[in-house]
Amino acid sequence: MARTITYREALNEALAQEMERDPSVIVMGEDNAGGEGAPGEQDAWGGVLGVTKGLYHRFPGRVLDTPISESAFIGAAIGAATAGMRPVAELMFVDFMGVCFDQIYNQAAKFRYMFGGKAVTPVVIRTMYGAGLRAAAQHSQCLYPLFTHIPGLKVVLPSTPYDAKGLLIQAIRDNDPVMFFEHKALYDTSGPVPEESYTLPFGEANVVREGGDVTIVTLGRMVHTSLEAAGQLAAGGVECEVLDLRTTSPLDSETVLESAENTGRVVVVDEAHPRCSIATDISALIAQQAFGALQAPIEMVTAPHTPVPFSSPLEDRYIPDAQRIANAVKAVTGWTR
Amino acid sequence: MDPVTDDRIVPVTMPKWGLSMQAGKITGWAVAEGDEVGAGDDLADIETDKIAGTLEAPGAGTVRRIIARIGEDVPVSGTIALIAPAGVSDADLDAAAAEARAAIEAGVPDEAAGEPVVQTADVGGRTIRYTGAGQDGDVVLLVHGYGGDRNSWLFLQAPMAARYRVYALDLPGHGASSKDVGDGSVQVLADAVAGVLDAIGARRAHLAGHSLGGAVVLEAAARDPGRIASLTLIAPAGFGREINAAYLRGFAGAQTRRELKPLAGQVFADDSLVTRQVVDDLLAYKRLDGVGEALHTLLGTLLADDGTQRHDAAAAVAAIGGAVPITVIWGTADRIIPAGQAASVAGVQKVHLIDGAGHMPHMERPAEVHAAIEEAVAGAR
Amino acid sequence: MTDTLERKSLTREQLLAAYRTMRAIREFEERVHREFATGEIPGFVHLYAGEEASAAGICLSLDERDTIASTHRGHGHCIAKGVDVGEMMAEIYGRRTGSCHGKGGSMHIADLSRGMLGANGIVGGGPPLICGTALAAKLKGTGGVSVAFFGDGGSNQGTTLESMNLACVWNLPAIFVAENNGYAESTASSWSVASDNIADRAAGFGMPGVIVDGFDFFAVHEAASEAIARARQGGGPTLLEMKFTRYFGHFEGDPQTYRADEVARARAELDCLTRFAARVTETGELAQADLDAVDAEVATVIDKAVAGAKAAPLPTEADLLTDVYVRY
Repeated sequence: MARTITYREALNEALAQEMERDPSVIVMGEDNAGGEGAPGEQDAWGGVLGVTKGLYHRFPGRVLDTPISESAFIGAAIGAATAGMRPVAELMFVDFMGVCFDQIYNQAAKFRYMFGGKAVTPVVIRTMYGAGLRAAAQHSQCLYPLFTHIPGLKVVLPSTPYDAKGLLIQAIRDNDPVMFFEHKALYDTSGPVPEESYTLPFGEANVVREGGDVTIVTLGRMVHTSLEAAGQLAAGGVECEVLDLRTTSPLDSETVLESAENTGRVVVVDEAHPRCSIATDISALIAQQAFGALQAPIEMVTAPHTPVPFSSPLEDRYIPDAQRIANAVKAVTGWTR
Repeated sequence: MDPVTDDRIVPVTMPKWGLSMQAGKITGWAVAEGDEVGAGDDLADIETDKIAGTLEAPGAGTVRRIIARIGEDVPVSGTIALIAPAGVSDADLDAAAAEARAAIEAGVPDEAAGEPVVQTADVGGRTIRYTGAGQDGDVVLLVHGYGGDRNSWLFLQAPMAARYRVYALDLPGHGASSKDVGDGSVQVLADAVAGVLDAIGARRAHLAGHSLGGAVVLEAAARDPGRIASLTLIAPAGFGREINAAYLRGFAGAQTRRELKPLAGQVFADDSLVTRQVVDDLLAYKRLDGVGEALHTLLGTLLADDGTQRHDAAAAVAAIGGAVPITVIWGTADRIIPAGQAASVAGVQKVHLIDGAGHMPHMERPAEVHAAIEEAVAGAR
Repeated sequence: MTDTLERKSLTREQLLAAYRTMRAIREFEERVHREFATGEIPGFVHLYAGEEASAAGICLSLDERDTIASTHRGHGHCIAKGVDVGEMMAEIYGRRTGSCHGKGGSMHIADLSRGMLGANGIVGGGPPLICGTALAAKLKGTGGVSVAFFGDGGSNQGTTLESMNLACVWNLPAIFVAENNGYAESTASSWSVASDNIADRAAGFGMPGVIVDGFDFFAVHEAASEAIARARQGGGPTLLEMKFTRYFGHFEGDPQTYRADEVARARAELDCLTRFAARVTETGELAQADLDAVDAEVATVIDKAVAGAKAAPLPTEADLLTDVYVRY
């Protein structure tokens, strides 16, 4: 039965239900409990934004706090995965990938291939991404394109509480290394989520809004911004189809191309930096495989090619908003040769 | 503005399709102002967050005002159009229309307020969920079919609540009930029916079952005919060899929206009843832990290896031995179980063949099914 | 360097096994050295000859519960942990019948079924992984230990240092083995390691650090046994530093102009096989004939491995795309 809970609660529930079902699931990361070795309360934080709260006491010995040593504990999660555990490690901010990326892209991602199909590395690395909290340049990036680029990794970005729970349960049950991206601005959003466990498959985009005039391809938090723009545009008689990619690797190219062929006009909305992003990736896919159906060049709405600024008006300008998306839709609908 | 007193004005209102429905959206009008309509004529296409359907004219007359616009949300019971004879003045109609318009603009009530209370019964270690509506009258329990849930009775439960205490349950493996179906036999499913009757304290009840649910209610009645006042079977399983095995197997095995959409349409005579929301809800259900296994186990109950029906309801009918009046309803355009099998149900009180309806007449032609059930219930007293 | 007047008493079978392991590694590496010079072996190889006592001495005390991770110089660790020599050779030749079906090569030979988590092309790539396998063993209560082999170069990598700290914080059944062969590529460890000994760092992390004569099998075995026993009993990690020299270059093709004549001296005076043979024949634990028999058997095995590798099929084009994921 579905009831309304937050994105954060949905993630917590996914973890709790999987830990209940499968004793090989363990959780590790900085302050995933909090208070380790300190004189006060244990499980003091339950993760810096509370996603893992309560698991420490409910599953003794299976929630491990770590020193601030990403390469060691992310690598440990990966090593433990090769040895029969199903670790869910947390890379607190994806911005910290630099200090542990080798373990992710040279080790975990490549074991199966390099070892001739003889390794199974069922590790999930949860990480926070995205701008909007005034957390500034080193705590606000997206960076998922860098992981999408790596063969051997899977990359997942849920946009709603329902998707978050189903995709995280899927990620934990999946036998490949999964990078699980949680937008920090979505933790407090709510939506209907079934009490029971369920999975959502990877490589299935969600048509969150149907429309025949323009296709908006997007992901993560930008799904909501795109829906906002679509609502405004509908009042003016333009019906947008909004596709939530849900996973960038594997990618549901079939749904993207089907929609592009149907509308002939595409806007891609991606909060990541503009070069070598999901926006460029999707644009190339459509340009190559649905060229004949296009009625206008593909528009991309992305962050600018800058680090994330701190000051509020600047950060607000940095993040794509509904107005910019609407403008892009108008550009593709109004385009003439 | 003066209150409207001319009672020749017949308001066409947003129906309540399902206990949780708060509002609906007009997606298209089949009539324009000035059109003459007869009772039962199509008036408007309406979409809710659960289903799409067509609203029929409550009576004959002239459509004098269309009030709700395409695409806007209208609260249940909100007036969406006015039917009135030529003699009613424009001034009176404008006044009524303005009032109705204001009510629509006022918006939809808070969603949480109207949510029906879902009850839980523990039956043999399984959690069975059900809803109930209505204060007085006989108990009627509605049992859905394979892959469905209590929302299958969307169009019936609220109207029936006016006259009966009407309940709808989720069978094991379905809806919000436990997904454990044991050996998937009709017996296990019938246990759930009996368990819910116990939970609501009903010593006597009318049962209506659809498809697999039809076989289930027969089984429940066969065990305890004294407890069951009447049986209404809608396109029941167990009355012939032929069944659309490809649909059943396909439904059980479908993993994606793409696979599911064409299958979902087969249960209706008119595919367009299958909105994206319907498919999404089915997909969300199929992705719950345990559902895949449950559906496959139940396939074994419904199908023999050669794709014909495995279940034979004749034994249950014989055990009832005429002690419970049986009504059968079937859509003539049923693509899942052929309507011709209606003739095979022995000792039947009444057979209603619904012309042009598919396997889900209770969703496709709810008014007629409602009338048929009321007739069955009333006739059983 | 430790003196090994007292040593754990090993059975005849163990001594033969130890000798066979070292001899197999030596012959494997010497043979690859010769074959590589013909140009038939693709890519890079990094040879372990001279360091055999480390791999053999440590792995003799490991069993199927235990995991090791190695470096780019991994052939010796693979052989000591029981990876099939024929499959290893085929992998080095890039054949479909190789340990990794030709998809990994010399630097990525692995056999998870034997607890060999792979040679690793990334310096310092192994220690974090070993923290993970040690964690898994601890949580599952198997009593297994995990051993991270790394070089003097790898001892300076942040990943190695972080892993040592983490293993101490989590009290993991892990053993860190710094194989100090004097050079990180062309750079002397005496220069790149700031402290006098890598083992001195152990105290900084709160674990025991032991310096071992890496040419002395018995010294290695004794230090390793103690560390392994401590780990199995929940006493936490140990850092062992092997001091020895590698007989070949950093990679095959390395002109080694940065070296003096230490290899010639080591082969003549310090060689682990020579010393082992001298000791066991002196005490009478093994006879020369026993050792000769092992030599002959190993020679046959290596010959067969090379012949087999050269004759084996290459991967097909379809193999290019397989095994990226379990299921995509």
